[in-house]
Amino acid sequence: MRKLLEKLDRVDRRVIYVLMALSVFVPLVFRLDFPIPVGGGPSRDLFEYVDSLPPGSTVLISYDYDPSTMPELQPMAVALTQHLFTNGHRIIATALWPQGASLSQEVLSSVGDSLGRTQYSDWVNLGYTVGAGVSVLRMGSSMQAVYPQDRDGVPYDSIPMLRRVTVIRDLDMIVCLSAGDPGIHAWVMMAGDRYGVPVGGGCTAVSAPEFYPYLGTGQMIGLLGGLKGAADYETLVREGAVGCPPGTATPGMAAQSIAHLVIMGFIVLGNITYLSVGKGRKGASR
Amino acid sequence: MRLVLPLIVTFICGMLMILQFFIPHRPFSLLGEELSDWYMIVASAAIFLGVVNLVQVHLMKISQRAKNWQYSPVVLLGFFVMTAAGAVWGVEEGRPFDYMFQNMVVPMGATMFSLLAFFVASAAFRAFRSSNWRATLLLLSAFIVMLGRVPIGDMIWRLFPGAASGAHPNLVSEAAEWLMQVPNMAGQRAVMIGAALGVVATSLRMIFGIERSYLGGAE
Amino acid sequence: MREMAFLPALLALAAAAWAQPEQPDSTASPAQDAQTFESMFEAVCVTDAPNDDGGALEVSWTLSGSASPPDSIRILATPEGGEEFEAGWVLPGTDLFSLSGLEDGVPCSITLEAWAGGSPVSRSDAASATPSAQWFHSRRIGMFVITVLLAAVIFWYINRGKSGRPLFIREIAGLSAVDDAVGRATEMGRPVLYIPGIMDMDDIQTIASMVILGRVAAKTAEYGANLLVPNTRSVVMSVAQEVVKESYLQAGRPDAYRRENINYLTDDQFGYAAGVDGIMVRQRPAAIFLLGTFYAESLILAETGKSVGAIQIAGTAMPSQLPFFIAACDYTLIGEELFAASAYLSREPKLLGSLKGQDVAKLVIMLIIVIGVLASTAGTWWEPANRVADLLRFLTHVE
Repeated sequence: MRKLLEKLDRVDRRVIYVLMALSVFVPLVFRLDFPIPVGGGPSRDLFEYVDSLPPGSTVLISYDYDPSTMPELQPMAVALTQHLFTNGHRIIATALWPQGASLSQEVLSSVGDSLGRTQYSDWVNLGYTVGAGVSVLRMGSSMQAVYPQDRDGVPYDSIPMLRRVTVIRDLDMIVCLSAGDPGIHAWVMMAGDRYGVPVGGGCTAVSAPEFYPYLGTGQMIGLLGGLKGAADYETLVREGAVGCPPGTATPGMAAQSIAHLVIMGFIVLGNITYLSVGKGRKGASR
Repeated sequence: MRLVLPLIVTFICGMLMILQFFIPHRPFSLLGEELSDWYMIVASAAIFLGVVNLVQVHLMKISQRAKNWQYSPVVLLGFFVMTAAGAVWGVEEGRPFDYMFQNMVVPMGATMFSLLAFFVASAAFRAFRSSNWRATLLLLSAFIVMLGRVPIGDMIWRLFPGAASGAHPNLVSEAAEWLMQVPNMAGQRAVMIGAALGVVATSLRMIFGIERSYLGGAE
Repeated sequence: MREMAFLPALLALAAAAWAQPEQPDSTASPAQDAQTFESMFEAVCVTDAPNDDGGALEVSWTLSGSASPPDSIRILATPEGGEEFEAGWVLPGTDLFSLSGLEDGVPCSITLEAWAGGSPVSRSDAASATPSAQWFHSRRIGMFVITVLLAAVIFWYINRGKSGRPLFIREIAGLSAVDDAVGRATEMGRPVLYIPGIMDMDDIQTIASMVILGRVAAKTAEYGANLLVPNTRSVVMSVAQEVVKESYLQAGRPDAYRRENINYLTDDQFGYAAGVDGIMVRQRPAAIFLLGTFYAESLILAETGKSVGAIQIAGTAMPSQLPFFIAACDYTLIGEELFAASAYLSREPKLLGSLKGQDVAKLVIMLIIVIGVLASTAGTWWEPANRVADLLRFLTHVE
């Protein structure tokens, strides 16, 4: 028995990798579907705030991520865009990450087309800007100074829906979807704290704990944390609206559920071997 | 002079940014905006620095047949093809740049991010040991959060007799949310306040020229 | 302690500012200049925009509850001695409009027009105010006091450090291990890999990382180890090149400096992680430093580093990444320890003094938090405690 435990303790990391891959692969292939109950929390707070905006509000969504974190953040972008368009709001897309501009174009054009929303009247993609927090700060005195033209080269002042948006205060809400920095910190500190614009956010699950202090102080109105946050929002959007195309986060929750169980299984196994084989020999608790 | 000039620039820019925060009157407000514009211009220009270095380093590797030089032509090819596609046909939807972005860059990026799942599993197996009571507490919290962040946590809880019809059918996710909103938030705040003070002190040291090692370490 | 004599005066200023209610602009006080009208517009109020650089007014109004809401509202402005012009249009849900581009000191009257069915249906009477610029942001007095207070404490301790008094600094294991890690790499004949995080030079953690890089480079120069610094930002690369070059010069080994070893990979987060992983697997460094700002790539880097058997020293002030580093690295600098590196490694009195000042500032913040919590709690049954809580709220509020 002891030998077996010792063997398990020295298990090759590739065995862990294979089991991990299977735990994600199998639920996706067999389309396991788990219900997503959405309780009160930061996801619902964000949804309810968006829901309470008066029709015709202008919301800025900042795509501060790149393709690597797309699986977690793109479903949030899609669900948010569906929600905003369904409620008759206008969307300004920006990006503090270079590749965010292409990702936003994909979401806005596909969701916009499916809901009959048109570019420059209902949405505009201003594209990428350098400067991170400094750019956000500058938007406080002039949006046009930061974005003289949109992603396709159309001058800012010739875009109809931007005529009433000269400074950041003219926005009704900002949602930052962020995989790191620049991202939520910059929008909360510059747009929220300095200019009083309500800021919501979405981030990778790994970064979510970092933003809870902002939720506690009311500096953020809500937060979508990882795939779970995206699935929550998809569920809430589908509860209220008819004909919304299905999202990609909800099916992913089954895979994530099994993957979490597998990780927990490994942790339990690790502790059994640790306690049986002997603490003294290990000392690897750090 | 090599060191004095950057120190003077740092001092003037730093003080101007602090003053414009407290003094909304012109010229401070305008200077703040001007400096922000300059920063954006300098940051844009800096992109070329990276590009030049990338090309230089890899051309050198190829010409010197340095170790692993075979990867360098792939880097240069990828760089030039993407740049040319964007410059010649633009970056709009349906153009070659967009096609390569959506079908090559996106899946490759997602592949790298997905590695995290494997590494988290292996690191958790190795590091999450119940070596003392604090580690055990951390372990239990981790279990609750891991279960509470996925639907299966509450599904398992509801298998217990009376749980589904009780006052808290979603107890696991509620407990996870409590852990995130109370102990986690307290810890995050503590680190955040400490780090923010570090930022203030480092900024002051830099503005007043006490900290100068970032300029090359010269005295 | 004489240098600190101004502090009571500063605190008195803050207390006075807090105790005094905000005065409305004399030319724009609703009671004096702004006029109230009976029509579709129940009340129209024009005031000078507060805490701005001049040339702006704020217009607010309430619509009569009995009238049906208009389709839109047109804002018309007439500067004294000038012609009326259209300042903007708003939807009826809005009740505040900021008007800019006016001349300071010139009164401007504002009229609102309600529009329905494509034509004006009601017009308010004019209300006027004079735009002006402010010399101090009244809502940032508290922040000003705190900034001056923190700076004063830090500078006082810097002076103390300069005067030669010994200042104690506890041991930071991660920083003490720098020499051993570089020594190990030299013995094994393998390179040292230094990763300065994924952020630019405007991030204070990257700056702190550059400081430690200088020290690491001095050691690699001394021991003759190969130092690799892949970067994700071109400006960081330039700074890193300068820092390493300077360290090699000071160590008397300028010939050993290899500029091409401090190179740029890509700005892409996971592209960079892939590139660094490749370097780790191919070059098999014996020592890896992960110091700076990290996000989701932290574990990918740290786990790959562990798999190649390197001794790893990590450090970041990103709370969400710290657990990963603690799990996968041999030493981890937590939060402020990263910022303390410069003082710790150089032992320069001025830097040590600033570190001590930082600690005292932290103590002040802790006291403010404790007093605030106690005052707020006691305020529920003892009114004077509320005044203390309000003062602290005022001091810590930032707009």
